[in-house]
Amino acid sequence: MSALREATPMTALVEVRNLAKTFDVSAPWLNRVIERRPRQWVHAVDGVSFNIERGTTLALVGESGCGKSTVARLLVGLHKPTAGEVRFDGQGIAHTLAGPQALALRRRMQMIFQDPYASLNPRWKVRDIVGEPLSEHRLVRDESELKDRVVELLRSVGLVAADMDKFAHQFSGGQRQRVSIARALATQPEFLVCDEPTSALDVSVQAQVLNIMKELQRSRGLTYLFISHNLAVVRHVSDRVGVMYLGCLVELADKATLFAQPRHPYTRMLLDAIPDIAMSGRSRTPVQGEVPNPLSPPTGCSFHPRCPHANERCRQERPALLEIQGVRVACHAVQEGRL
Amino acid sequence: MSGALTRFLDGDVWHCFKRSPLAMASALVAFICVFCAAFAGLVAPHNPTDLASLELADALVPPAWLPEGQAKYLLGTDAQGRDILSALMYGTRISLLVGMASVLVSMVVGVGLGLVAGFVGGRTDAFIMRVCDVMLSFPAILVALLVDGVGRALFPTAHDTLAFVVLIVAISLTGWVQYARTVRGSTLVERNKEYVLAARVIGVTPLRIMRRHVLPNVLGPVTVLATIQVASAILIEATLSFLGVGMPVTSPSLGTLIRVGNDFLLSGEWWITIFPGAVLVMIALSVNLLGDWLRDALNPRLR
Amino acid sequence: MTQALLEVKNLRVEFPSRHGTVLALDDISFSIQPGEILGVVGESGAGKSLTGAAIIGLLDPPGRVAAGEIRFEGRRIDNLSYEEMRKLRGRHIGAIFQDPLTSLNPLYTVGRQLTETIRTHLPLSAAQARERAIALLQETGISAAAQRFDQYPHQFSGGMRQRVVIALALAANPKLIVADEPTTALDVSVQAQIISLLKRLCKEHGAAVMLITHDMGVIAETCDRVAVMYAGRVAEIGPVQAMIHAPAHPYTVGLMGAIPAMNEDRESLLQIDGAMPRLNAIPSGCAFNPRCPHVMPRCRNERPELLGAGPTRAACWLHDASGAT
Repeated sequence: MSALREATPMTALVEVRNLAKTFDVSAPWLNRVIERRPRQWVHAVDGVSFNIERGTTLALVGESGCGKSTVARLLVGLHKPTAGEVRFDGQGIAHTLAGPQALALRRRMQMIFQDPYASLNPRWKVRDIVGEPLSEHRLVRDESELKDRVVELLRSVGLVAADMDKFAHQFSGGQRQRVSIARALATQPEFLVCDEPTSALDVSVQAQVLNIMKELQRSRGLTYLFISHNLAVVRHVSDRVGVMYLGCLVELADKATLFAQPRHPYTRMLLDAIPDIAMSGRSRTPVQGEVPNPLSPPTGCSFHPRCPHANERCRQERPALLEIQGVRVACHAVQEGRL
Repeated sequence: MSGALTRFLDGDVWHCFKRSPLAMASALVAFICVFCAAFAGLVAPHNPTDLASLELADALVPPAWLPEGQAKYLLGTDAQGRDILSALMYGTRISLLVGMASVLVSMVVGVGLGLVAGFVGGRTDAFIMRVCDVMLSFPAILVALLVDGVGRALFPTAHDTLAFVVLIVAISLTGWVQYARTVRGSTLVERNKEYVLAARVIGVTPLRIMRRHVLPNVLGPVTVLATIQVASAILIEATLSFLGVGMPVTSPSLGTLIRVGNDFLLSGEWWITIFPGAVLVMIALSVNLLGDWLRDALNPRLR
Repeated sequence: MTQALLEVKNLRVEFPSRHGTVLALDDISFSIQPGEILGVVGESGAGKSLTGAAIIGLLDPPGRVAAGEIRFEGRRIDNLSYEEMRKLRGRHIGAIFQDPLTSLNPLYTVGRQLTETIRTHLPLSAAQARERAIALLQETGISAAAQRFDQYPHQFSGGMRQRVVIALALAANPKLIVADEPTTALDVSVQAQIISLLKRLCKEHGAAVMLITHDMGVIAETCDRVAVMYAGRVAEIGPVQAMIHAPAHPYTVGLMGAIPAMNEDRESLLQIDGAMPRLNAIPSGCAFNPRCPHVMPRCRNERPELLGAGPTRAACWLHDASGAT
């Protein structure tokens, strides 16, 4: 029989406990009064818990509306959580970010964004873009030291010193993403949150950027949270994978196990949906339906309308994320042994 | 600096300019007006503010090309013997100064409030926007009249320079709203862009983000707005002066000149009021055309 | 031998600008047989969307066809007037674009847009057009088609909208459909549905498809043949199986190697150093020569034509039968 137990907390670099974030998307007050509309909320993240060990990469995958980008932003303090907490190196970040130690904490965690065209200020030179964290955190004494560090950072991502005086629009998408990485590494952080860093890039450019990121992780012992919707990319970069659906974690396992033996029906569906380049002719169950509207999520388990194994319990009761044979799954069918 | 200049000359805006005869013509006209106004002391044939140099005998001389005109007074003289051409240049200077100063004040206040409203959001944003709405429901002229009246009541004796300041305040009191709304809209867009988020993650303070990241990126539409508003500020000032509550006769702007000349219109000395009117139209038109061209030139989709 | 449905011969598309004329497509040649699905794959800037636009006749001015010809069912279409092209579009050539949100007019109901298209090209009465439209909606997998007929685009989800767009494209029974990145804006699970729908419907209606995408996986699932584009030129063209398992052009080899695979773990992905050249700075000779691991002196001077390389044809001197370097 499967052993069901709550996972015990470990002292990892990043610990997330019951994180939740709700956005108020109600119409303006006047409209609500006149049109008699109720207040509306979107539970973008609805009770998510995981750990990330030092030097490893946790990938979060899911489709639109699953909340993975919101989790990324919560982890770097761009949003304040509605509930739950994020702990970095043992300390809750919400408290630290509001206090005098905020800058010191920010030095240790940075973020890389998805859109290479919007992540660099179009009016700034690369030298200023990459140098901003250095001057903001007062890590350099003078102009020439700043210049040296910027050159060093640019070289570490495969760019040249001459690129320092160029503007963002003079670079291609892949090169801009490298500038973003250089900027993120300026303060020598330990933890990097990567929000779909290669989704907007061509395949060959993506390969370059992913290789750089892996190399940097190896040489600097970085810890990554890697957000993506592309399972093939996730397979290449991650150590552990978490699958999200409508704000909840539905499966969390190490990479090999997840890809070899996916447990949750949604994970299986995602893996089946990946186009088959090798055309090995594996059997694929046809995919059903679409991600529901986050404003009115289904009752019980939010995946039940699309799940071929849903029963009455699934419609009523939301499954908890429980550990089964080393894998955390939120699914009644799996927990009951039906799957 | 030279790097920026070469980039500008290489750029699309300058290229569009060279290809548009209308833009070049308006720029030329505007430039001539500004030049004459700035260097009126050197360019004007006479000095209308110097009461000692006026000759009453030369009063109401028609323009030089009419039978009774004199070559000395190219566009004729007014009731006190002041040369119209020189009065125009000095008057243009006053008009332009008032126009540009009030636009500058409007811009600083408007851009500042717009940035804050867009960036901070929430109640601050709502409050500032409601103030904008209220300001917009008052006609600019009436507000200016009100401010002017209050100013005169408070400082009955002081004149010229105070009239200048009061006029600028009156015009900019309604002018800043346009900037605030435009900048607020652009700020709302820029605020969610990833480079601003990156700055927040780095730990840059909100004030510095607003000033160093967002501000340079929202100034584009502001330039166009400022150019067009200079024209409307000049016109508002002219209206106020025409109504008698603007610049006094001792340092007349174009509007004052029009008012003074208006009394002589029906008695046949048309040149005293028509020429200031023509110059006013010319300046307003050329600045407006330039502003329109600039808006199209800066819009990449229309090129 | 059946006549090709679409034939593109030595097509050149250029964009005159004040900086000089930029050659966006340089001597493109390929053909599509009736009922065949041809994939056009390439990275951004390669010119694949431009090729589709040139064929449908929707090139953004100042872009224009500078040389070469496009023949549809033997008839030249690149030099047609706007009005003649308009009649051709929709009736014989359908189009599916990337963003379903902007492909549909938000102010009209879905049904009205469908019937409008149908009645523009086919001599049907309003009632017949409505029936056909509902039938099309059902075919594309939209349940309760009769009710959804009267709904507006914003009441559909992304995947549903794309199905409507497919229905619109098939409305007048065209012989060729040009699909420009039809699934890029959709979620992964929906992508799979739409791709299989497109494939099935086109086979059923007997329409040929020109599928433009950057996603090799989609190509692998759907297409019969594929053309790989690089810097405005065709690098390789051939049957899809051969292209994936035995690519001949070094760029195609690099492209296949750069894609992370689902069935194997690799330490690092094969990467092609450098980037695709900008259209105004294309190297002389073979456009790929600065990045090619097998570059020869000849590659820097002479531009290769599509040469036979086993099952595919590749524009690469490595496959020159004469063996000259």
